[in-house]
Amino acid sequence: MKFSEIKKRAEAEWNELIQSKMPKIFIGAATCGRSAGALAVKQTFEEEIKKRGIDAKIVEVGCFGPCYTEPLVNILKSDGTNIFYKNVDSKIASELVEKYILGNDPLAHYALGTVGDKKVPGIQDLMGTPFFKSQARELFHNTGIIDPTNINHYIAQNGYSGLAAALKMKQTDVIEEVKISGLRGRGGGGFPAGRKWEAGLAAKGDEKYIVCNADEGDPGAFMDRCTLESDPHAVLEGMAIAGYSIGAAKGYVYVRAEYPLAVIRFNNAIKQAHEMGFLGDNIMGTGFKFDIECFLGAGAFVCGESTALTLSIEGNRGMPKASPRPRTTEEGLFNKPTVLNNVKTFAYVPQIITRGGAWFASIGTKDSKGTAVFALTGKVNNCGLIEVPMGIALREIIFDIGGGICDGRQFKAVQTGGPSGGCLPASFLDTPVDYDSLKAAGSMMGSGGMVILDETTCMVDIARYFLDFTQKESCGQCTLCRVGTMQMLNILQDITKGKGKPGDIELLVEMGEAINKGSLCGLGQSAANPVLTTIKYFREEYEAHINDKACPALACKNLISYLIDKDKCKGCTICAKACPVEAITGEKKQVHILDQDKCIRCGMCFEKCPKKFSAVECVPGRIN
Amino acid sequence: MEERLKKILACYEGKTIELIPILQQVQNELGYLPEQAMREVAKFVAVPDSKVYAVATFYEQFRFTPMGKNKITVCRGTACHVRGAERILEEIENKLDIKEGETTKDLSYTLKTAACIGCCALAPCVMVNDDVKAKLTTKNVDTLFVKETQNEIQ
Repeated sequence: MKFSEIKKRAEAEWNELIQSKMPKIFIGAATCGRSAGALAVKQTFEEEIKKRGIDAKIVEVGCFGPCYTEPLVNILKSDGTNIFYKNVDSKIASELVEKYILGNDPLAHYALGTVGDKKVPGIQDLMGTPFFKSQARELFHNTGIIDPTNINHYIAQNGYSGLAAALKMKQTDVIEEVKISGLRGRGGGGFPAGRKWEAGLAAKGDEKYIVCNADEGDPGAFMDRCTLESDPHAVLEGMAIAGYSIGAAKGYVYVRAEYPLAVIRFNNAIKQAHEMGFLGDNIMGTGFKFDIECFLGAGAFVCGESTALTLSIEGNRGMPKASPRPRTTEEGLFNKPTVLNNVKTFAYVPQIITRGGAWFASIGTKDSKGTAVFALTGKVNNCGLIEVPMGIALREIIFDIGGGICDGRQFKAVQTGGPSGGCLPASFLDTPVDYDSLKAAGSMMGSGGMVILDETTCMVDIARYFLDFTQKESCGQCTLCRVGTMQMLNILQDITKGKGKPGDIELLVEMGEAINKGSLCGLGQSAANPVLTTIKYFREEYEAHINDKACPALACKNLISYLIDKDKCKGCTICAKACPVEAITGEKKQVHILDQDKCIRCGMCFEKCPKKFSAVECVPGRIN
Repeated sequence: MEERLKKILACYEGKTIELIPILQQVQNELGYLPEQAMREVAKFVAVPDSKVYAVATFYEQFRFTPMGKNKITVCRGTACHVRGAERILEEIENKLDIKEGETTKDLSYTLKTAACIGCCALAPCVMVNDDVKAKLTTKNVDTLFVKETQNEIQ
């Protein structure tokens, strides 16, 4: 069948769903939705509809972005009213069926917002809310809207039109379009994709490979998982276009084993693409041959590094190759020319072909084109997956989209780039988000994790946390990385335990700089960044830990004390009963006494003391 | 074990590239990688035993001792960390009376940690087998343990 006919049929299927008379219930059921209970909600909808004999269609979709509202459900009625409901549980689901689907009460108090032209009194326009207003959903144009397990849904949104168009173009013209777009690698390195592909095409060899890096291992990042789960065909199509442009016949997706749903969804997409003739021996009748295979990672962070990743696929230990060495585009997988890009880089490509490189280049800044995707998490009110134009200020992301800091606390730092990145303080809030500005500030774009820290986060502890991570993930081949991170970690642990010594900060800086210089791969070269940036911007916190033996953020257990305020204590005995080490004594209705020598600072008394008394307080430093 | 191993190997051709997928499947089937199984795999893909051991020990996923019937994986991602993952882990360690990486004596639970399971917006989270449990507090960790399973084993 011709592609135009396939597309017409897919559009007919999509239109039939959207325009049908029956109400449509779309349930966000990516991993995040599922962990919030989306599948139980789906079951309730199914049971209610069956019980009441209603004609309605339930569709499982991917992630729409605002994770803080999960499980997220939208109901589209035949008149075009499309309401999104937040934090839906089984009870709300039953109520929605009874009152909104059967009756006509939109239950505005459960609603997050409406999408489309039909407004509903009492419900805000979702795209006008701060969370969505500054976003530019280009990569995510399908996520949370289409059924990721149905290839026709993807085709109906102009899917595979990019591949169809590319196959009619010369290889060099496809690459030229990607170059015009200015697309840079979304794995964090930011190397121009067009130039990489050009090198891939120029490389000599009859066998070439496309590799998609989906080994998303940065703690605090889940953009790639979401893309694979919610719009797998976009990644697949981008890989096929890349394969055509450099003359590769085989592609691999290296996915973390911790992402079971992403693997299922992607394998399903591969199967469907084969059935449609978008993968295989004679793609769209052009004679182009391309196939894709999923390779499951086995849990090694360093395999996100390109040479380690290819070694891992080949069945080896994933230890980065020493430089100088030929580029991956010349000698990559099986020592053949290989183009290796991140999930999102490939997923942008279909739209770059259909809408033109100039369209993509019109978004963003001079040197960072297009949109940036972030997993916005930590101490921010609106956690979620966001897509913003490059160049947007950090402040806008955190305070408009993110809705500010949780519980009315103070912003302290923003962490980007995971264990390779850094922590930027409030004075950098107006920094534009792009590859070069973040790098200049001492952090990095990374693959898209953005963790917001507030006044209760201890910067020494966060540095220790990241170093603990890289130390465990070091492959061990470079001495500086293997031994150096361990030594730095020991010092940091001492500092957080109150055993810090004068000179520790200087030693950390010296060792950190040496590790960054003396390691072979990106993991080692950036291992010390979280420590170096926190020392640079939050040195006074390190000094407080070392000199005053106090943790100003009240996070390091050994450097805080709990006190019972004798004016506030009513002698209710709740704290004394909760104390696991019997450090609190006192008769009923008598002021209680806390023995500092016995106290293990577990915080139970602080948690248990009734709000109306609030007699237990936590202070920095040790009181003896 | 030999029968099950034979069945697994029958699905492969014996290429080196299949080494990691084979080890993954063996572990899925047997729960861990027994020494004998690794020797068989080495023979099958025609590499020295040391190569299989080198690869298996490099990756976090592989285990060399039997697993508990249920696997609890505490996420230590950044978002979970700043929202109290350490204390959740401590609480689970106390409840099960084992440390991270260990298995309870009755083989009902294995406690592990993961760098990040990618559900950061719902932090702190813990995975029980393949299900993610979100927004945990030290007070509701009990909800993680499956009572029936414990009874079955006892």
